[in-house]
Amino acid sequence: MSALASGMLLVPNFLHGLDRGGLSLLANSNGKRLVVIQLSGGNDGLNTVVPYQNDLYYKARPSLAIPSREVLTLGKGLGLNPAMEKMRLLYDQGYVSILNSVGYPDPDRSHFRSMDIWHSASASDEYLSTGWLGRYLDSLSGPSANYAAIEVDDTLSLALKGAQYTGIAVQDVKRFFQATNDQFLKQAAQLHAEEHTHHQVDYLYKTLIDTQQSAGYLQEKTKVYRSKKEYPNGEFARHLKTIAELIASGVESRVYYASLTGFDTHVRQAGQQANLLRELSEGLYSFVEDLKQQQEFDNTVIMVFSEFGRRVAQNASNGTDHGTANNLFLIGGKLKQAGIYNEGPNLQDLDQGDLRYNIDFRNIYATLLHNWLDGNAAGILGGKTQLLTGLM
Amino acid sequence: MKTLAREQKLQHLYWRAGFGIPFRPDQASPGIKSAIRELLRQSGQAVPLEVALPRTETTLQADAQNAEMRLLRQRERQQGFVLLNNVWLQQMATSEAQLREKMTLFWHGHFACRLREPRFALQQHNTLREHALDKFPDLLLAISKDPGMLQFLNNQQNRKQRPNENFARELLELFTLGRGHYTEQDIKEAARAFTGWSYNPQGKFVFRTRQHDRGKKTFMGKRGNFSGEEILQIVVENPRTAEFLTEKIYAFFVSDTPHPERIQSLSSYFYETGYDIPKLLEKIFTAKWFYGPDVVGSKIKSPIELLAGLQRQFDVRYSDGRSPLVLQRALGQELFRPPNVSGWAGGRNWIDSSTLAFRLRIGPALLQDAALEVNLKPDDDTEPTAPRRRRQDGIRVVRAKADLNGLQQQLQKVKDRELIDRLSQKLLQVPLRPETAALLTQHIPSGAAHADKVTLLTLRLLSLPEYQLC
Repeated sequence: MSALASGMLLVPNFLHGLDRGGLSLLANSNGKRLVVIQLSGGNDGLNTVVPYQNDLYYKARPSLAIPSREVLTLGKGLGLNPAMEKMRLLYDQGYVSILNSVGYPDPDRSHFRSMDIWHSASASDEYLSTGWLGRYLDSLSGPSANYAAIEVDDTLSLALKGAQYTGIAVQDVKRFFQATNDQFLKQAAQLHAEEHTHHQVDYLYKTLIDTQQSAGYLQEKTKVYRSKKEYPNGEFARHLKTIAELIASGVESRVYYASLTGFDTHVRQAGQQANLLRELSEGLYSFVEDLKQQQEFDNTVIMVFSEFGRRVAQNASNGTDHGTANNLFLIGGKLKQAGIYNEGPNLQDLDQGDLRYNIDFRNIYATLLHNWLDGNAAGILGGKTQLLTGLM
Repeated sequence: MKTLAREQKLQHLYWRAGFGIPFRPDQASPGIKSAIRELLRQSGQAVPLEVALPRTETTLQADAQNAEMRLLRQRERQQGFVLLNNVWLQQMATSEAQLREKMTLFWHGHFACRLREPRFALQQHNTLREHALDKFPDLLLAISKDPGMLQFLNNQQNRKQRPNENFARELLELFTLGRGHYTEQDIKEAARAFTGWSYNPQGKFVFRTRQHDRGKKTFMGKRGNFSGEEILQIVVENPRTAEFLTEKIYAFFVSDTPHPERIQSLSSYFYETGYDIPKLLEKIFTAKWFYGPDVVGSKIKSPIELLAGLQRQFDVRYSDGRSPLVLQRALGQELFRPPNVSGWAGGRNWIDSSTLAFRLRIGPALLQDAALEVNLKPDDDTEPTAPRRRRQDGIRVVRAKADLNGLQQQLQKVKDRELIDRLSQKLLQVPLRPETAALLTQHIPSGAAHADKVTLLTLRLLSLPEYQLC
């Protein structure tokens, strides 16, 4: 009881003895971090980054296309959805890189399966039970890997599950702390801290102790700092704010993960998608401003992706159905090449009404792992990937 | 002491072959051999699961052009899956045919399909249920002709002119031989043999002769004008199929740690009996090693085992039919929604910091009718999120009523100083360490009535990591 209450255990194992001498807290860490934003439901990329000079776009979407005069023009015949003014501000400052026609061979149109493919970085006929960021955690040496990734949510995504190490899911640090702060369980865990009698029992207790310690550590670490930055209302912005507070509090995680849901716009898409894109852009804008104020933006790259794009032609309900290739955003203070990375989608050469992919998403992962996080991309992704040049 | 040991063995058998032993005041405790015979006998007959699905669930295609119709159909599908889930979970908790329920769950993860239509999901479930304890070749043939399977693995699109290899690939990789025991060419040739295997809108298997490729095929070193049936025949003639299945069955019923010698001897037996599933299971349950220390209490309960077990032992009744699905999704195993065709990975994959913390709270919360809150990730395939209601929808609250009477009555005559020992033996499949037992004692008010002590101790024991094992 006393050992737990004294605060001695509030620092997770991986931080013991490291944070005083200014040493790097995580092995293999170069101080850089990745924030992944998932747009769940399949965001319609063509109405996000609009090919407003392409007649085929207007022909395929008689009542859903965004009129060219309303588009926030960027260049190369592309412009942003008018709801993304704040994204445009980030773009104008050279913080945004837009990658077009991102996808994978033999695309799957089920939300779940396609998300599974994006999370595990598998081929579409391959089934992996670990995620790409989880395998990155596995590749970090030593126990430091255990809590190097945080998802702001109640449940953990496959992306963050490794074979040895997994990230942690924390929706709200205080609630997470309370949920793991049962005194009886803390005492029971403490009794098991040193035992090695039954391997499964030990494994569960070890996970429990790690969780209790992390919750205590996060609670302790974040109780001082509160972001003063104004964020828009809503859950998504609140999650971004939580991430900013974790970063500014000096929590040493390499990977953060958050989601914005509701992009499955089969019916009456226009208003719904605009609201979501506004929520996305405004949230990210506040987040970037916040990180800049904390001098943490240069160390951060944000990746925004969705499990698939939507079909080129609209449907009869003023919506769009599940499609394939899509655009993807990278946002950071130190991108080598901001702007539009590659040509917009080819609307002439479709695959039965769907966009063909140009960039395999796993090459983006490889580039982030190799050029940004100093990870072993080949080991994590199975060695078949190529790095994208000039990006970071 | 002898009877205790027997009780522990029985508990072990029933946790692995089923979902635990319900706490009844007049609990009989037969010998292990007769218990195994009884388990097999009670599971002998296959009774189809009956679920009254929503009424308009009759056409295959929704009218995609009509937004209201689409929404209605979506709701119906959703309701359908809630019903299916509840009925099956209830069946696991209450049915006497425990082994059939457990084996059907195994096949559900083996032939893992994520279907859109509850009607097809029910039909597939009943195919698995019917053949769960048959000979494997019969099960394999039936499931290969199942409309849900044909749809999920795109065999509708597998035609002579344009073969689709999806089913053939998973057949070899995930259902029978396993990776590394066939070639890409074998997949291509097998796919040709399954051309024309299709189904009609009524959910009946149809062989479309004109789409079938009658030509010569070379499959696994054999040459002939093979039909799909013949491909299945060749696959089960390969002893590797028996090995692959035995490995998975061993992992499911015995231990996540493979034991090559045991698996080898079981798989030879399985092959020699013509893939007789009940015989294989009987062999496992009667083996001495099945009750050894490396096996008992060594498995992390799957979310379904955890929830069905609680429901079976404590008669848990949820106040809302959606609740069991909420819990299953939060823990990572929702019936009828396997992650992909390779099924649930199981073992330590069930555990991360969030699922473990949640697991430890579930037992005590359900038994006290306390609210459990969880924010779920959306499932856009079955229930597209309505953005306007998104936030209120996010948090799901689960409540339930439970019954501890049976357990209290069983322990009525047990003296205080033996109570923790006896109770922990009933509730846990691994021994409780003396230090933890001592800690428990401190947390129980000494003046409490006997039944209240049982309740308080049960809540604590259910919150321990040990309860997650079986």
